[in-house]
Amino acid sequence: MAKKTTKKKTTKKPTAKSQPAASKKKIVRKKRNAADTGARLVDMANSVADQISREMDPGVHIPTRALSNVNFDKKSGLIVMGSNAQRRSFFNVGMAKKFMQTTLVAAGCKQLIDQKKTTSIRDLFYHTKHTIPGTKENTFDEQSESDPIIEDLEVAMASLREELGLFAEPKGAMVGPMVIEDNGDTIDLSKMGSGGWAIPSIVEDHIIKFKRGGAKFVLLIEKGAVWRRFSEDRFWEKHKCMIIHGGGQPPRGVRRLMWRMHQELKLPVYVLVDNDPWGYYIYSVVKQGSINLAFESQRMAIPAARFIGMSAYDAAKFDIPKAVSINLTEQDKRRAKEVAAYPWFASKPWQREIRQMLKLGVKLELEALSNKDFSFITEQYLPQKLKDKQWLD
Amino acid sequence: MVAATRKKKSKAPRGRDADALAAQQREISVSEFFAKNRHLLGFDNPRKALLTTIKEAVDNALDACEEAGMLPNIFVGIEPLAETRFRVTVRDNGPGIVRKQVENVFGRLLYGSKFHRMKMSRGQQGIGIAAAGMYGLMTTGKPMIIHTKPHKNKPSHCLTLAIDMQKNKAEVHDEVERHDFPDDTGTEVVIELEAKFQRGRQSVDEYLQQTAIANPHAQIIYQPPDACISKEEQASMPSLIDDYQHATQLAETSSETVTTPGGTVVFPRAVKELPEEPKEIKPHPKGIELGMLLKMVKTTQATQLGGFLQNDFSRVSLRVANEICKRANKILGADDTITNRTWVSKIGHAEAEAIYKAIQEMKLMAPPTDCLSPIGDDVIRAGLLKGIKAEFYTSVTRPPAVYRGNPFQIEIGIAFGGELPKEEPSRVIRFANRVPLLYQRSACCAFKAVQETAWRNYGLSQPKGSVPIGPLTVMVHMASVWVPFTSESKEAIADYDEIRKEMKLAMAECGRKLKTYLNRRAKVRKENERRGIFERYIGEIAQALNTIDPKLKPQTIRDQFEHVAKRFTETADLQFDQDGNPVKVTQKEKKVRKQRDPLAADDSIVIVDRGNGTVLDDDDSSADNGKPSRKSREDDGDYEDGLFD
Repeated sequence: MAKKTTKKKTTKKPTAKSQPAASKKKIVRKKRNAADTGARLVDMANSVADQISREMDPGVHIPTRALSNVNFDKKSGLIVMGSNAQRRSFFNVGMAKKFMQTTLVAAGCKQLIDQKKTTSIRDLFYHTKHTIPGTKENTFDEQSESDPIIEDLEVAMASLREELGLFAEPKGAMVGPMVIEDNGDTIDLSKMGSGGWAIPSIVEDHIIKFKRGGAKFVLLIEKGAVWRRFSEDRFWEKHKCMIIHGGGQPPRGVRRLMWRMHQELKLPVYVLVDNDPWGYYIYSVVKQGSINLAFESQRMAIPAARFIGMSAYDAAKFDIPKAVSINLTEQDKRRAKEVAAYPWFASKPWQREIRQMLKLGVKLELEALSNKDFSFITEQYLPQKLKDKQWLD
Repeated sequence: MVAATRKKKSKAPRGRDADALAAQQREISVSEFFAKNRHLLGFDNPRKALLTTIKEAVDNALDACEEAGMLPNIFVGIEPLAETRFRVTVRDNGPGIVRKQVENVFGRLLYGSKFHRMKMSRGQQGIGIAAAGMYGLMTTGKPMIIHTKPHKNKPSHCLTLAIDMQKNKAEVHDEVERHDFPDDTGTEVVIELEAKFQRGRQSVDEYLQQTAIANPHAQIIYQPPDACISKEEQASMPSLIDDYQHATQLAETSSETVTTPGGTVVFPRAVKELPEEPKEIKPHPKGIELGMLLKMVKTTQATQLGGFLQNDFSRVSLRVANEICKRANKILGADDTITNRTWVSKIGHAEAEAIYKAIQEMKLMAPPTDCLSPIGDDVIRAGLLKGIKAEFYTSVTRPPAVYRGNPFQIEIGIAFGGELPKEEPSRVIRFANRVPLLYQRSACCAFKAVQETAWRNYGLSQPKGSVPIGPLTVMVHMASVWVPFTSESKEAIADYDEIRKEMKLAMAECGRKLKTYLNRRAKVRKENERRGIFERYIGEIAQALNTIDPKLKPQTIRDQFEHVAKRFTETADLQFDQDGNPVKVTQKEKKVRKQRDPLAADDSIVIVDRGNGTVLDDDDSSADNGKPSRKSREDDGDYEDGLFD
């Protein structure tokens, strides 16, 4: 199962709220290109060198990526990052290693930019991992150490991951009535066989261009297995839609691609996920953005995305036998309460929905619908819901 | 049958009359008594005999030098003659002994200047050295040799002295005048005896080491038997004479205990001042018992009771003497039977008892304390510093106190860390009037005081009811005109509440200082760790910054980081504002901080940097001289033959 939760809060200590240096670095993105990012990395290195030459404790400001530093902007319906930043300084036992790691990751990215290459974040982890001379300590032990630092750097440099020359492990696939151009190759997404078109990590318009299409809407399905059912049943043909999956929590490429289809092709977006708190959260990430990547909400979140299923009320409505539901674990319940407390779930229908799930005390996977019939989900469940406009906003 | 024989035999004595019995009754000479009861004086076994012999000779030598106001230079040599036979030589640079006194000093038991006076000294009874000589004579048949030079420009006397056990008198076998005594004045005693040499606990080595600690004003050169053994066998070894020469040179130059290549151990002098000479005092009324009072009444020079009380005791004024008489009368139930004017000769047993009881009821001023000569807390530290390789030293001299009318003073010194064994029970070294006490540890008041002190409060681990575990040595010294030993062999201090209380108070004081030090050390260690962390990453950072911007030279960055790292870790409590600018600490604040530092301000603490702690981690450091006997020492250490236990 793919990661559905937000990343662990890497930066817990909120520093003073009105830091002049931090507010200056408020995420302003005008020109996005690699050369700029390279220049910003050089600035950072020089700032550290300058601080140390003045016998100061050298540090870099890193905006805080945590719930404490995100705001839900009701007007735009987006989760946006606040102005809190942490000063990651070297002469602090708790931060010294992270500081060192940050410089290493920055150096790795600078090399990528200079050499005009892109690589995976796992690649970068191996590139920067080595034993510190004269010790038995490694610069990094696991990729889980370097990943958050990459995200820190993205935020601190106000750069996108792609601009640092990095991409995440691509996952997710799409089929549907549309023709696109991918890196110069024309691809008909209605002729992708059983596996579909793998969505790359970088889907900006210089790589992916929308050519022709007859799709009316976009359907995001949580899991690849369920997506295959839709693909096999040629649901997209019948209902004229693009079907996408993101392998659990959809990666940036998938989210960005949906955003582009929504913005550029004006396609409505529906989200079909398991009926559990993690499913709710996947929907909210698509809709409002994530806490962790709040700084990218503007270019990825789709406030108009609709939650088509599965709802806690569906079991009764579609007469799904009790045997296929799973009892909520303690962890599920805790997560459900957490989700209910997010300001972007504050609307009445949503509170009702979550309460209902807790009341029933069970969760329901998409696959559970196969209990009635293998194609129940594509032939009855979803068409019915679409027809009845039974979705949540 | 059996009964019949017995009857026959027992018939003969029954026939004797009182006259016949009287013919058998005669005075037992002390010497004879000793010959049969030598264990009472510390000659229970060959191993202990060697130690006791050396101990008595060295104690005498030190006392003699101090009384003459000379800084003692002591030589102790043990020559192996056969496997169980040794020749012990102890030489001092003291005042020497005038010719006509030699026989009395060395040849008679219970002859001395120390027994009859209330003055602090090492020996008390005057049994020691003569007993050693007698032991030697009994076990080897060889009389002891005394070589003494009392006058600078006159020849020395060298006598061979045997003791006539019946007469408790010395016999001079041989006497020559010599011109080869190495010092201007001094005395050398040579005794041959059956003995066993062993290292480790309760050994001559340990005794001399501890003597050197408690007497840092003395210089001691010690040739153990193995310094001599290898003389012929190993050509590379320096000859004994050369080695002795070498040792005397080392004694002048070294500040710590050293061993020459030939195996001679040198305990150099650590302080140049002699201890203050203790004053002699008269007994305190509360410090005597009835029998003693009766004896004093008989032997006093005074004629009237008032004069007797005032002159023969300390802290008795005319007013106090009157009060004693008044109370004594009350006890006797008669008016004015006893006054200050009463003739001493008229005081009988009943009167004496009344006086004794009266004294017990009264509150008297504590005895004067100028009779005590403590080692001094600074001198204790010098001694510990010289003899024990630790890293932290502190010591305390308590104000004088009184038990049973005897003034006494407790001193505690502790040494911690350094090369002391980390995981073993702490060592307790005990001294009474500067003499090390090596036996009967667990019977000793000092040892109990260590056990009862809550060392856990001072950062050490301590199993319930035992001594703390850790690299700690506790030195306990009791100075008194009369040290209450548990037995004649002077091996343990009796357990008086007053004494134990003083010891514990002093230990607590040292413990608190140790605690402060331990806290400090933990902080420094943490600080070093901090610096280690920073320094580990500096190279990486410098390289990374250089990769990002080749204009940034790694070496420059590294130097700057290292410079700043030093500054940051030196001032651990420096505060920083949000932008990483150090908040300025004014000179005034710095001064205040320094004043608050309890260790820097305390003169009673010595801290020695023993390197970077690697010594501490070395488990072998406990076996400092590599001798196996030290490792295989027994649990409690009191491995005696059981006569006193």
